[in-house]
Amino acid sequence: MTLSFTPRTLAEAHAALARGAVKVAGATDLMVVDHASGRSHNAVVDLLGIRELRGIEVIDGRLAMGACSTFTDIRGSELVARHAPLLRDAAATIGAAQIQNRATLGGNIANASPAGDSLPALLALGASIVVSGPRGRRTIAYDVFHPAYRSTVLELDELIERVLIPLPTPSIQIFRKIGAREAQAISKVVVAFSANARASALADVRLSMGSIAATPIRLPPVEALIGSEPLSSALAERAAVLVEASITPIDDIRSTAGYRRHVAGQVVRRILLNLLVQP
Amino acid sequence: MSAIFRFELNGRPAEVSAEPMARVLDVLRRDLGLTGSKEGCGEGECGACTVMVNGAAVCACLVPVFQVEGARTTTIEGLAPSGELTELQRVFAIEGGAQCGACTPGMIMTIRALLDRHPKPTRDQVREHVSGTLCRCTGYERIFRAVEVLTGQREAEGAPAKVHGK
Repeated sequence: MTLSFTPRTLAEAHAALARGAVKVAGATDLMVVDHASGRSHNAVVDLLGIRELRGIEVIDGRLAMGACSTFTDIRGSELVARHAPLLRDAAATIGAAQIQNRATLGGNIANASPAGDSLPALLALGASIVVSGPRGRRTIAYDVFHPAYRSTVLELDELIERVLIPLPTPSIQIFRKIGAREAQAISKVVVAFSANARASALADVRLSMGSIAATPIRLPPVEALIGSEPLSSALAERAAVLVEASITPIDDIRSTAGYRRHVAGQVVRRILLNLLVQP
Repeated sequence: MSAIFRFELNGRPAEVSAEPMARVLDVLRRDLGLTGSKEGCGEGECGACTVMVNGAAVCACLVPVFQVEGARTTTIEGLAPSGELTELQRVFAIEGGAQCGACTPGMIMTIRALLDRHPKPTRDQVREHVSGTLCRCTGYERIFRAVEVLTGQREAEGAPAKVHGK
């Protein structure tokens, strides 16, 4: 038997979490696993009806996105388009319309799949995550949110309230996803890149990837290399080589380690070559 | 333990006794006898079970019933309550947008949701919007034509099927 809670406020949701309820947002991953495994829950709490978890706005110099913003909300938001086109482009590749109408940004984070397509975008945008529960509220840098494969630092009685992206965001933002087909594919490699253009070299370079490690990761050595000298085709080649040397992807049902390593390097190379042509 | 969930279904109040995490797809087909929504993959990949919840296309296999409490839901049965087909359904039939029929209820609902927001979508908009509703018969061309005939962007071609053996 499953007990269900449908809170309208954060406080009511926290009370349900204190009773051990499992969080349900867009449920696009949860329902698949539940149905395939036949598992059931003692209690569930719906997060979609909580006003405090919706809405996309600019507050205190940050783009603040409610955790239950769906990917349709993110694609349709003028604020996201203006400040975080990288995230908008990532949202557009997540499933198709039916999934984007339900799946939420917070759910993508909490589900913690290494193939979660919005996650490298959040790393590249320097996001932080506001979480709360019956014992209080805290803000966590997204860089340290996934300590291991499919895990988060979220306590069982905590939920994700909102995602914050500091403004101004980098002027260069690029998202690339490599999948088996253009639409509705789970990624083989995801690359998110951001930087600010300077006369001498790229500054504030952030390069992150998904589907090539146990968690979405940044590649600090490659970031440092890219920012170390003026952009050139030679730099693009060296960056590609360093990407290949820096990552240790695995073979799985969607791709092979060798393919992923090669493609990851080539995607970065091409991003840099494109910037050389049209900065 | 089952609980009672109430929502609007095809313009009328509906009430079911179900497990909170029961799939809306199962509630529709098993508890409410509405078998128009089909189960293809059961994991949100194929779109055969597409219905509308508060006007948005969703996969009924991925929505737990406790989340539609109080919501407005529309299934393929709700499009033509009197039995008279809607223009969208008619144009699908005439232009060959439906062949084996397995994807058709989901395809119609997917496209209905698009047309409600974009009455005259471009082909690219339609292509992207139906990318999660798989059709293995038509190659999509006749589906796109049907939408374009309906929205006045293309002349009707009429029934394409030839009668064999005469």
